[in-house]
Amino acid sequence: MLTSADYSALWLTFKVASLTTLILLILGTPVAWWLSNTQSRWKPLLSALIAVPLVLPPTVLGFYLLVLMGPEGALGRFTDAIGLGTLPFTFTGLVFASCIYSLPFVVQPLQNAFEAIGPRPLEVAATLRASPIDSFFSVTIPLAKPGFFTAGILGFAHTVGEFGVVLMIGGNIPDKTRLVSVQLYNHVEALEYTQAHWLAALLLGFSFLVLLVMYTVIKTPLRVQHV
Amino acid sequence: MKTIYQSLCFEMNNPVPQAMAALSPRKLLRSIVLSILLGISSTPAFADDLLVAVASNFIKPMQAISQQFTESTGHKVTLSFGSSGKLMAQIRHGAPFDLFLSADQDKVTRLLEKELAVSGSEFIYAQGRLVLWSGKQELVDTSGDVLKSDKFRYIALADAKLAPYGKAAEQVISALGIEQHLKPRVVKGENISQTYQFVRTGNADLGFVALSQVQHHPESLKGSQWLIPRDYHEPIDQYAVILKRAKHKDAATEFSQFLQRKSTHALIRSFGYDLPTSVQLAESDQSCDYAYLR
Repeated sequence: MLTSADYSALWLTFKVASLTTLILLILGTPVAWWLSNTQSRWKPLLSALIAVPLVLPPTVLGFYLLVLMGPEGALGRFTDAIGLGTLPFTFTGLVFASCIYSLPFVVQPLQNAFEAIGPRPLEVAATLRASPIDSFFSVTIPLAKPGFFTAGILGFAHTVGEFGVVLMIGGNIPDKTRLVSVQLYNHVEALEYTQAHWLAALLLGFSFLVLLVMYTVIKTPLRVQHV
Repeated sequence: MKTIYQSLCFEMNNPVPQAMAALSPRKLLRSIVLSILLGISSTPAFADDLLVAVASNFIKPMQAISQQFTESTGHKVTLSFGSSGKLMAQIRHGAPFDLFLSADQDKVTRLLEKELAVSGSEFIYAQGRLVLWSGKQELVDTSGDVLKSDKFRYIALADAKLAPYGKAAEQVISALGIEQHLKPRVVKGENISQTYQFVRTGNADLGFVALSQVQHHPESLKGSQWLIPRDYHEPIDQYAVILKRAKHKDAATEFSQFLQRKSTHALIRSFGYDLPTSVQLAESDQSCDYAYLR
């Protein structure tokens, strides 16, 4: 029923979603940490900026990314100048766009988790002579573990479901930018409903399985007890 | 910028078909509630208010034509734009359109097979012209030699499976025998508007787009183009058909005749479309159907 193009789209989607989630967890953590601790007057500005991809329709976001990353866009000129070329129609470009698209889904759960911990455990750690970096890794991260899981799941799931952005900047290149959402859409548009149903079922089954595994792994109590 | 944005809006605001309701109070109430829920301003119900489903590539000419039609006949025309595939899916699931202007022949044939369209009512309302276009001056030459060169990184074309212009573009490429040369450079738009956007934003150096798009955006004429000769690909026939569910069959017939008038043909041509000469022959004999002449 499914062609090799379908499987390759599934695999590519998995790669983009995993890589995006990983990058966002690494980059999102310091941002979320800063947001949860700062009294800076820039905080609302940054929070709003991070939340903007939630509001923008994905096709609009995708279109402006296409303009921005294009040869006449600011970002496109920059990437071209440093020898990367322009990003649309590349795997890198897709991961970059996915990171922007899924950013709030990773940063916000992390920020909430950090805020929920409060200053107390870190103050206690400080009295035990733990350096800020030490206490971040040995106190904050373990306590915020549920937040990391939620952030990871939401970031991954949101990227798998990404459509509008991929459609606008992908260019539908097999093995490079043709993700499963676009492939599925193309089947429907081409009236290949049987293939569309199969692919949708497979995507659903696969996503369900990933989520099931992740939720099984997080058997740790979701409510962290402290003081 | 504005024009790109407008064409983008048309792509995204694929309007929800609006039920015309010269019906029982209950149905009227239902359609009003639906309209409110869907956020559509409901137009007052008239007896002859045609609801026409139109492929997105024909938005501009259709607006002009329906305005002329309303002026000359008094019938109101409500247009619903979308990709032919989406519109066809909507028709299959009971959308109350009177007339369907597809971007190809395939969707119309399928509707006829499923007995959702009135057989014998189908006709070609326009033929697309394909053009190889670049925003850059002097990139595209008038014989398409640029395609064989290394002067570009990306070339955009529409997906052949989804868009008739994409199919035609692939026929041109295989006629020129340059599939292998182009393969690593090809990016595909889901439809012809998206393909145009790829080239327009400079992300693709050049692309196979519709003549109507290049004509519609005067700035695009600054670039370079090659109007693909007609014999490089099969004609991009755009078929229209009256639907079985049509509530206003007479008005729909009137409109399809209006679409085939000489003056309308001239208008359609002015938007960058072609028309086969044989359509005029078929016009004189209504029982003679052009679709089966070929």
